[in-house]
Amino acid sequence: MDLVVAVLFQLIYGIANLALISLGLAIIFGMMRVINLAHGEFLMLGGYTVVVATNAGVNIWFAMLILAPLVVGLIGVIVERLLIRWLYGRMVDTLLATWGLSLLLIGLVTSIFGASTGTTVSPPLGTIRIGDYSASGYELFLIGVTLVLFAAVYATLKLTKLGLVARGTMQNAEMSSALGVSTNRIYMITFGLGAAVSGLAGGLLAPMTGVLPTIGATYIAKAFITVISGGASILAGTAAGSVLLGGVNGIFAFLTGPTFGEVALLVAAIILLRLLPTGITGRFFRKSI
Amino acid sequence: MSFSRRQFVIGSSALALAAPATVGRAQSDAIKFASILDLSGGLDIYGAPMAETTKLAIEDINATGGLLGREVELTMYDAQSTIQFYTQYATQAAAGDRAHTVHAGITSASREAIRPTLSRFQTLYFYNVQYEGGVCDYNNFCTGSTPAQTVAKVVPYAMEKWGKKVYIVAADYNYGQITAQWMQKFVAENGGETLDVEFFPLDVTNFGPTINKIQTAKPDFVISALVGGSHVSFYRQYAAAGMNAEIPIASTTFGVGNEQKLISAEEGNGILASYGYFEGADNPVNTAFLERLKAKLGDDAPVMNELAIRSYEGAMLWAEAVKAAGTPDRGPVIEALRSGLSYDGPSGAVTIDPQTNHCNMNVYIGELQDQEWTIVESYDNQPPADTALVCDLNANPNQSTFLFENGLAAAGID
Repeated sequence: MDLVVAVLFQLIYGIANLALISLGLAIIFGMMRVINLAHGEFLMLGGYTVVVATNAGVNIWFAMLILAPLVVGLIGVIVERLLIRWLYGRMVDTLLATWGLSLLLIGLVTSIFGASTGTTVSPPLGTIRIGDYSASGYELFLIGVTLVLFAAVYATLKLTKLGLVARGTMQNAEMSSALGVSTNRIYMITFGLGAAVSGLAGGLLAPMTGVLPTIGATYIAKAFITVISGGASILAGTAAGSVLLGGVNGIFAFLTGPTFGEVALLVAAIILLRLLPTGITGRFFRKSI
Repeated sequence: MSFSRRQFVIGSSALALAAPATVGRAQSDAIKFASILDLSGGLDIYGAPMAETTKLAIEDINATGGLLGREVELTMYDAQSTIQFYTQYATQAAAGDRAHTVHAGITSASREAIRPTLSRFQTLYFYNVQYEGGVCDYNNFCTGSTPAQTVAKVVPYAMEKWGKKVYIVAADYNYGQITAQWMQKFVAENGGETLDVEFFPLDVTNFGPTINKIQTAKPDFVISALVGGSHVSFYRQYAAAGMNAEIPIASTTFGVGNEQKLISAEEGNGILASYGYFEGADNPVNTAFLERLKAKLGDDAPVMNELAIRSYEGAMLWAEAVKAAGTPDRGPVIEALRSGLSYDGPSGAVTIDPQTNHCNMNVYIGELQDQEWTIVESYDNQPPADTALVCDLNANPNQSTFLFENGLAAAGID
């Protein structure tokens, strides 16, 4: 019984983890059709923000929850202004440009902090006991944060004026523009928000995974597969993709080992995209956000 | 500065004329030493310190007048943690630069990618990394420690200390797979039991399901051969789940990338590891070496580990062989090395074993305490007994194979 609870907990954590690393990408891709290949590096920058801030004596919670999204969000806005806005509607070009950006960021961070960064940021919460098993309290916290984050993004899109305008722009940019919406500004804000969410995720994961200049590479593929499998809807798509792929990965990793866990994740994604080429939300929950 | 078309034409024809001179330089005076290591990408935690000590070795050689009155010229290539670059740069170093020796490779996968190339171009090859053993190649000197030198020491030590039930976690490529087989063999030989073996692709960062399985299996200790930056997460997550207080860890890889600096003191305390070198190695050469390194690099000096020290010692072994042979040419240098050449380095005496082209060396077991290794046991002059089981270059020098490619059973070891 304890084992079932412990495995279930890991399964939910695996799903939350996937949702957390994918949400920032989903916002940028879902709203703007921009494939951001520097997404992994946004996560990495969030992690570095936390490491640098805590080494300078800043409270770790403040660094993770406030500083990381703020710093990476700002970087996102700058990137959008300097690079992305010239390339709207040119998917292959944005792909190349953001890939270049990703290499640039890795190179910059490596030359500033060195190839291997000493991170002594430890998960700030103790362990929780599940009968004979123990798990990290911080993982429980991350599950909670993921839920809150989804709720916050939902509220922003559904309840605020900005959300309404943003959704309108997403559905039909020309019409919104004709109605007096500054789509240019909306894009900038959306990109910044997407980057901020990525930064937050990166900051939160830093104590679990450590921080290296190249850590982004381990996230990017999974985040992409999740977002593409999820389909057009930002929240429902990411959630559905994470539950399906994270679930498959977790179950197979526990039954057979991590190698087949990864294989099962990819096989599930391939089968899914063969059956539903537009992702889960291309067929189900089509009206959702 | 203005730049007319005429000047451009003159300039480029001068370049064209200069080109044959570059080709001719292969005959020039300098002795060429090429290094191919991962200085960026996921494996740079290993490559960066190796590059520092390689540079230091060449500086030291040149500071004492070079070799045979000639300067040694170092060319460094960054393979960026990508196997494809290894083959490309190995070809460049051997066929383009005409290097006299190539010191290259970190992962076993990279070694196997370039070993055939360097063999074909008859370019002397040094692999200065601890690895799973089994290379039997007249042209290739493996100076790092092998499982019979390290795993065979740390397994019984840990079993004595913690108990006989063992859980193995390893990286999913030839090093991890073969090392895991050695671990199982040594666990069985010492009367222990392997509960489970798990392999991880190099980019896995979530170890939650495995930690659950370890909790279910309840081993006396976990032994790890995890590799690379992402796998450091294992030790963090293990500690975050409170496991480090319950089930201790021994490792054959933790520390060669200075992982002890990447996790906090509490997360790492008590981890055991075994290598051919720790900074605490007690000999005057080591003390002098560390002082010199500190003086040169200041606080930026990386912590010295086996990979870094062996890169230095590998270069020095080669230099000694060139001096002994009186020429940098491959044939005589290999003969000089295989005469049982020895070098007193920071790790102690390192001696080439002509039967295998591996090294006899001192081996240490270290325990991690507050991010520093303390040597708890040392063994002098240990032979590469694993490779010696299957490889005899004295009897048949005409070999260039990796005998453990398909595992130990395929090589006739049970």
